[in-house]
This record gives sequence, structure tokens and C-alpha cells, in this order.
Amino acid sequence: MLEIKDLHAGIDGNEIVKGISLAINKGEIHAVMGPNGSGKSTLAKVLCGHPSYAATGGEILFEGKNLLEMDAEERSLAGIFMGFQYPVEVPGVNNAEFLRMAHNARRVSAGEEEIDPLDFDELLSEKMKTLGMEIKYKERNLNEGFSGGEKKKNEILQMAILEPKLSILDETDSGLDIDALRVVAEGVNKLRTENNALILITHYQRLLDYIKPDFVHVLSAGKIVKSGDKALALQLESQGYDWVTTAN
Amino acid sequence: MSNEQNSVSDILEDNTYKYGFTTDVESETFAKGLNEDVVRAISKKKEEPQFMLDFRLKAFAKWKTMKEPEWPNVHYPRINFQDISYYSAPKQKKVLNSLDEVDPEVMRTFEKLGIPLDEQKKLANVAVDAVFDSVSVATTHKKKLMEVGIIFCPISEALKEYPELVEEYLGTVVPVGDNYYAALNSAVFTDGSFVYIPPDTISPMEISTYFRINTEETGQFERTLIICAENSYVSYLEGCTAPQFDTNQLHAAVVELVTMENAEIKYSTVQNWYAGDKETGKGGIYNFVTKRGKCQGDNSKISWTQVETGSAITWKYPSCILQGDNTSGEFYSVALTNGHMQADTGTKMIHLGKNTRSSIISKGISADYSSNSYRGQVKVGKNATNARNYSQCDSMLVGDKSSAHTFPYIEAANSSVQVEHEAATSRISEDQLFYFESRGISRENAIEAVISGFCKEVFKQLPMEFAVEAQKLLTLKLEDSVG
Repeated sequence: MLEIKDLHAGIDGNEIVKGISLAINKGEIHAVMGPNGSGKSTLAKVLCGHPSYAATGGEILFEGKNLLEMDAEERSLAGIFMGFQYPVEVPGVNNAEFLRMAHNARRVSAGEEEIDPLDFDELLSEKMKTLGMEIKYKERNLNEGFSGGEKKKNEILQMAILEPKLSILDETDSGLDIDALRVVAEGVNKLRTENNALILITHYQRLLDYIKPDFVHVLSAGKIVKSGDKALALQLESQGYDWVTTAN
Repeated sequence: MSNEQNSVSDILEDNTYKYGFTTDVESETFAKGLNEDVVRAISKKKEEPQFMLDFRLKAFAKWKTMKEPEWPNVHYPRINFQDISYYSAPKQKKVLNSLDEVDPEVMRTFEKLGIPLDEQKKLANVAVDAVFDSVSVATTHKKKLMEVGIIFCPISEALKEYPELVEEYLGTVVPVGDNYYAALNSAVFTDGSFVYIPPDTISPMEISTYFRINTEETGQFERTLIICAENSYVSYLEGCTAPQFDTNQLHAAVVELVTMENAEIKYSTVQNWYAGDKETGKGGIYNFVTKRGKCQGDNSKISWTQVETGSAITWKYPSCILQGDNTSGEFYSVALTNGHMQADTGTKMIHLGKNTRSSIISKGISADYSSNSYRGQVKVGKNATNARNYSQCDSMLVGDKSSAHTFPYIEAANSSVQVEHEAATSRISEDQLFYFESRGISRENAIEAVISGFCKEVFKQLPMEFAVEAQKLLTLKLEDSVG
């Protein structure tokens, strides 16, 4: 599904990702871990097409298409979803309206008709019920005045509505208390199918207690220094990042 | 990223001022300059009754003693009032029997602007008075309105047909010496619209005036007077555009509204005068307008809704005098400034009667190098017991070179008054737009959603088609200012 080949990328001319290669197949969950500044978030931002981040070398193929030639809107429509670390607040824009716009943008791009507002409301209610979310998420404005946990839950709701092929969750666990973490993780697990894939970007292993990765990659100084399975994350937890970064 | 480049430049092309053309019609234009003879000549040209000439002369005498106001938060070189022509009219036959006799060029101009004047087609259920430079050229649906007793005609015609009505009300809301530009308008106004809604009548359609400045060195001074008698209602729309010139044109209008007992006037404006060159700030309209309504009868209501998107400089405060008991005044405003535009706009709510209510919702959006000021006054007289006001003034900044200012003034002369004021400033950011894009929503739809979210309370006051148009207009204007 996704193939990253010798990717170099950075911001404002500073190279942060220095040659990453990674292949992700459908049905797989990959966790990308690493200390602060190792390039985890830069990787996420390059994948979703953030305009401030530029790829300076290598390539990314998504279902055979050159991702680096697509802008953020096209990547989303192609089936990539980014769950942001700090979702932005948009005052005045109703959350349900926003979700409907996003849902319709997908339908229109697939050559389908826009969904009727009432039908969408039904769809939304259903998804919210599945995720165990309160009705207030419909009525409030997009992330406006949301707590950290509410914002992350709202990201998962968007993921549920958009049904992406590949989701990248950037530090989704940061700033969450244990209850919120569990709700978010359960939501993510419910959205898993054998056809979609997930990249979890995280600093800590605790998220991986709830969402079990098939692969764990450790990033250091812009490169993958070690790959393994779930056991690697536990080893990191007990021995710290120094263990891998100095071992290479 | 190449796709994005394309779409932005496409939109930029759309974004050039599409009303910036001029129309080649033969017109009769007075020589530049202003003195008492010019005032007399205008009155004579229009074959006005004596009271009107006296009104003009009184205003002119007053104007000569006044000074241009310096308190607004706008900056521009002094206007040379001797360098303006005060009368310009498309040459045409004296009396028009039907729309077919209007200069076809003029008709085409309005068609190009999307204003249907062809009465036969009756495309829209809206009656239109089209004012071209200083003269009203066509008024539609007159007959249909007359069937229910509604008078809708150019004010020059009203001066001939209904002089006693005009005389009774003209200048009663905005006196001749009210302010510098109102005095100038009172002396030299050339045309405008007149509406009279008789008692117990709900206007069967929206009534509208469409203003167009065509000639480069002409000022447009129109005068609108709307009287709504007991238990009646009218919704009135006003639209404005002008060609693109490097010089500045002056538009100094006066609008007066009067409501009798239980009557209601809803007045909506979408103003899109040419704002000058976006990069250099050269040219554009000086929009110095006095709009005021008087709720004369008890339980009456006046509501102003404005979407201001054009003009190099705007100086405008649609106001309500709440004279009757239980009257209410409303002001809903969206003012967008971009390029080098400057706007100083707001309202005055003067509470005189008992249990009077007013609400003010103002949304200012400033982009590029523009400056956007809200200036509002809430004044409560000593007899206005239990008066209430609610004001909300929000500003949105786009980019980091624009500015927003708020100047609220509150004066209450009795202690039973309740006044609430809220204000907030927000920003439309590249991060917000990226968030939308990352969900597959186009940049254009993202801007539209953020702006319409911000302006929601105002847009819902506008008649449907106007609201759609206003929203599109704002989106187009902001498309290349964000990020």
C-alpha cells in the first residue's frame, strides 16, 4: 500500500529525515517510535502533505502513485488520514457540518452524489454510537474549546467518517489521561479492517498496550535504527532510547 | 503542489474586480465646480418645486460653514470639491413610456451586472430602481406595486407626483446640517429612490435599488426616502458597483427611513464599490454615507443589514432613532477590508422611548494592509426607561499587516438601562486551512466555511439570494489574502 524509499525531508532547508525506507501493507499496524527530534513528526507531516515540510530526496508511493506530487487535499481524497497531535480550533464552523463537508468531498471525488443532510446525520449518529461519543460533538464548533482528550476523540470520529485506507496518528496519546487514552484506542481498534493500515507515531509504549502493532520501528537522528515486533517496544520501555541509539 | 498553483491563479483571475468596466453612453454632464448657481441649476434641471430649492440652498449655506470630519480612523488627501462634476445623466428622451426607450447601452450595463430590468421577463420577484450616475434610469414592477398602493419611484419623480409626501418627511431623520457629507448631499443630490408603503400593507415583493457610478469625475449623491405607514412591512435591498478608475470618486448618499406604529422596515445592503488597486491602493470610491431610520410610531422596528466589501474608504453608520415606545433597532454588519482599504463603520442606537431595544452584531474582517474600525454609539435618554442594548463586535484578522479597531461609546441617562457588550478577535490561519485540506476539503470551500461561520449571525438576516452572493463575494475577495 505505502512504500517509502530513501526519503529525505525537512523544514526551512534543515534536513530532519535522512534516508528512511519503509513498506506498509494493508491490514498492518506499524509503530514509529523514537526520542524527541528523531524525525517522527516530520515523517508524519511529509506523508500528509503539510506545505511547510518538503521532501528533498527519495520517493513515496501510495498504491503505486507518487505521493509527493499530490497536495494535501488529493492525498486525503486518495485515502490517507492524518490524526493531528495538535488539532486546530476553527470557531464558528459546526463540527457536524465540517464532517459532512469532508464526507461529501470524498463522495464527489469518487463521482458520487452528495449525501442528504438527514442521511448524513444518521450515519454520524451511528459512528458516534460505535465510538461511544456524546452527542455534544455534533453541536459544538470544530475543536473550539475542546480539551486535549476531546480533540483527539474528535480526530478519531473524523477517521471513522472518512474511512481512510491509511491512517497516520501523530502522538495521539500525548496529553491524554488513561481513560481518554482507552476510549481513543478502542475507537481506533474498532475502525480496523483487513484492508486498512495504520501508522502510530508515539514517544511512549503505553499506547501500544491498547493498539497492538505488527511492527515497531525506532527512529534516531532521521533514520530507522532498529525494527522489530511488539517486544522491541517493551525493551525500549525498560532500557530507554539510549540502548538503540548507542548500539548503532 | 503544481495543482494548487493553478487553482490559486484561476481564482485570482476571477478575483479581479469584474464590475470594473465603463459604459459608453452619451451623457449630459455639468462643468466641474460647486457654488450656489450649480445648486440652483440642478434644481432647475429637475424642475423641482420651490420647497426643494429652498431645502437645497439652506443645506448649501450650512455646508459652507462646516468642516470635513477628522475623527474617523481613515486617512486620505483632502478632497477638492471644486474638481467634481455634480450632475451627469445619460441623455435620453424626456419621458420614458417603457423600458424599451432606455438607452440600450445602459440596459446592457445593468444586464452585465446581473440586474434584470426587463419587466416583461419578471425573472425575479424583486422590484428594481436602477440609478446610473446621478439619474434613475429604470424602475421595474411599478404597476404591480401600485395595485396595493405602494409608491416606488425615483425621488425626482416623487417630487413631481407626490411633493407633499416628500416635503413632509425629507430631512426629518437626517437634517440638512446633520454632518458635512449629509449637508453636501442635501444641497446637490440628483436622484435616488422613494418608497411609500400605505397603512396595513405587506409589500408583495422585495424592493431594491441598484447604484452604478459610470463617469470618472462625477460624484454620486443619491437620496433615498422610505416611509412605512401603520402596520406595514417592507424589505428593501441595495446594491452598488462602479468602474475601475485611477482617480477617486466620491459617493455621498443619504438614506432616511421612517416607521409608523407597528411598522417594520428591513434594509439590506451589499456594497461592492471599486476599492482601488489592491497593490498600490490607487483609485477607488470614497463611500461617505449617512443612513438613519426613525422608529416614530410605537412598537415599530427598523433593521439594517450591511455587507460592505468594497470602496477605498468607507465612512458609514446606519443608525436608529428609537422614538416610539417599545420600538426596536437592529444593526447587522459584515465589513471586509483588503488591499489598502480603510473602513470606519458601525451604528448609533438612540433610545428615546420606553422599553426600547437595540441589538448590534458587527463582524469586521481585515486582510492585507487594510484597516477596519467598528465605531458604535448606544445613547439612552432619560425617559427611555427599561431600554436594553446588546452589542457584539467581533474582528477577524487575515495575515499580519492588517488592523482591526473597536470604538464603542455608551451613554445612559437613566438607571433602568441594561447594556451588554461583547467583543472578540480571531484569526483565519494557514493551519486552519491546512486542516480542512487534510480532510479532502478544497481551500476555497475551507475559506468559505470559516468566513460564513464567522458571519453566520449576519448572513442569516439577508434575503436568500443576497446571502449566497455575499458569501461568494467575501470568499473571492479573501482567496489570495490568506497565506
